[in-house]
Amino acid sequence: MNKVTQKLLGLVSDLFGKPDGAYNIREDSLCAGRKSSEYIRIESKTDKPGIDIIVDAGAKGEKVYIPACVTHSDVDDLVYNDFYIGAGADVIIIAGCGIHTDGEGDSRHNGIHRFFVETGAHVLYLEKHIGIGEGTGKRVINPQTIAEIARDGFMEMDTTQIEGVDSTKRITRAVLGEGARLVIREKIMTHGSQSAVTDFEVELNGDGSGADLVSRSVAKGASKQLFRSRIYGNAVCSGHSECDAIIMDGAEVSAVPELTARHVDAALIHEAAIGKIAGEQIIKLMTFGLTEKQAETKIIEGFLK
Amino acid sequence: MLELKNVSLRLPDQKEILRNVNLKIDDGKFVVVTGPNGGGKTTLAKVVSGIETPTAGAVFLDGCEITNMGITQRARFGICYAFQQPVRFKGITVRDLLELAAGKKLREKELCNYLMEVGLCAQNYTEREIDASLSGGEIKRIEIAAALARDARITIFDEPEAGIDLWSFNSLIDVFKGLRKKGRSVLVISHQERILAIADEIVVVAEGEIRHHGPKAEIFPMLLGEQKQIFCPQQEGRL
Repeated sequence: MNKVTQKLLGLVSDLFGKPDGAYNIREDSLCAGRKSSEYIRIESKTDKPGIDIIVDAGAKGEKVYIPACVTHSDVDDLVYNDFYIGAGADVIIIAGCGIHTDGEGDSRHNGIHRFFVETGAHVLYLEKHIGIGEGTGKRVINPQTIAEIARDGFMEMDTTQIEGVDSTKRITRAVLGEGARLVIREKIMTHGSQSAVTDFEVELNGDGSGADLVSRSVAKGASKQLFRSRIYGNAVCSGHSECDAIIMDGAEVSAVPELTARHVDAALIHEAAIGKIAGEQIIKLMTFGLTEKQAETKIIEGFLK
Repeated sequence: MLELKNVSLRLPDQKEILRNVNLKIDDGKFVVVTGPNGGGKTTLAKVVSGIETPTAGAVFLDGCEITNMGITQRARFGICYAFQQPVRFKGITVRDLLELAAGKKLREKELCNYLMEVGLCAQNYTEREIDASLSGGEIKRIEIAAALARDARITIFDEPEAGIDLWSFNSLIDVFKGLRKKGRSVLVISHQERILAIADEIVVVAEGEIRHHGPKAEIFPMLLGEQKQIFCPQQEGRL
């Protein structure tokens, strides 16, 4: 494992030593380390690049780390990771991708993650994306998350992209069964000429299912963001999506919500707010002795915390 | 000592919000500014804290002119302003706000003390975001707690009683008494009789002017007595 990978691992997974659980570390499209644990097996796919992560039914308090690192320019990484979460299991999955470019060529990582969450299982999925390096090549990360959540299953997804990624298209698809729940918290900051597209689509198929999708973002410079969410309420269910964006400089932010109810007891809500930092927020922090710039930084830090 | 000399503030449409205001606030004094709504009290507070710049006149702190100082500089110089309508922030917690006000990390005990002084239980509030989930009374008390954490030489409270329930009002009075005991200068904009009752001095502002300024013993009875309508221009025979 090279030094760039070690640095990226710290940034995307807060991983500075040996992981305290099962892990698979991907470095420039290759495996840089893997370990299964008593209740979690990690196996290579035989038909395409990627791994299967199989969590035993009833496994509690287990962790899996599956970071992916691209350490130089001219890498085009594509990976298919499938997670099978057994009934009643409770697991934390720490994913994330870091790209470092050092030359003129672009580097990209396309991670396609499918989750099969069985009855009553709980998954906390943490995903952080970051780009670093002095190279002029573009850093591109296109994650796809596809989840099937069975009866009473619960998936929480916390996804963050704060800096250094020039282009991203983040696709999330989920299908929920009876009593299943999905909570997504997304935080994005773009600057310069970066672009970020978020595309959520959730089918609430089971009675008592529910989804709560919240995206907070800050768009600086000449960057562009598009937030698109579609929730289909096909049963007695509740769905909420929220896009809350701070726009600065010459940026552009679009929010395109779509709600479709196909059941009389489907309760669906969307909230969208796009605006600059309120002047009174800056003034308040200036009355504490902060400069205008410091106040702005604190407000953004808090917003994306 | 805070001093305003011939301060006026005229809006671009020529409407005069403050007219030739002259005011001296001595160190360690508890001064209540009162008067009818729309009379210029909040604008006066904003001129002192640097949020508004006067179109004429000058502001001094300890003999040093601060008229052209910005909000940040004045805050660092020792002026704190607790807003009439506190600002909400998404993602910033009560702990964050109090630490920003204090300019340092606060220990749990310190946080707890500031919140306790305004009648809030730290355990329930320190990690809460200062967003729309807080009631008007809660956010008002947090605003006051932040002003306490700031521990400035001069603190301006703009209608601190607004939204505060009757049960918490007594602790609010104790907060002001405590500040006075510490020798801090306090300027409170208020209409509340019980706040007026603990003032060292009372300033009456109406139509952008200082109508009266004097010791509580002199002004307070006047406010409560028959002359309570004197700040109505019609009754004063000025219209």
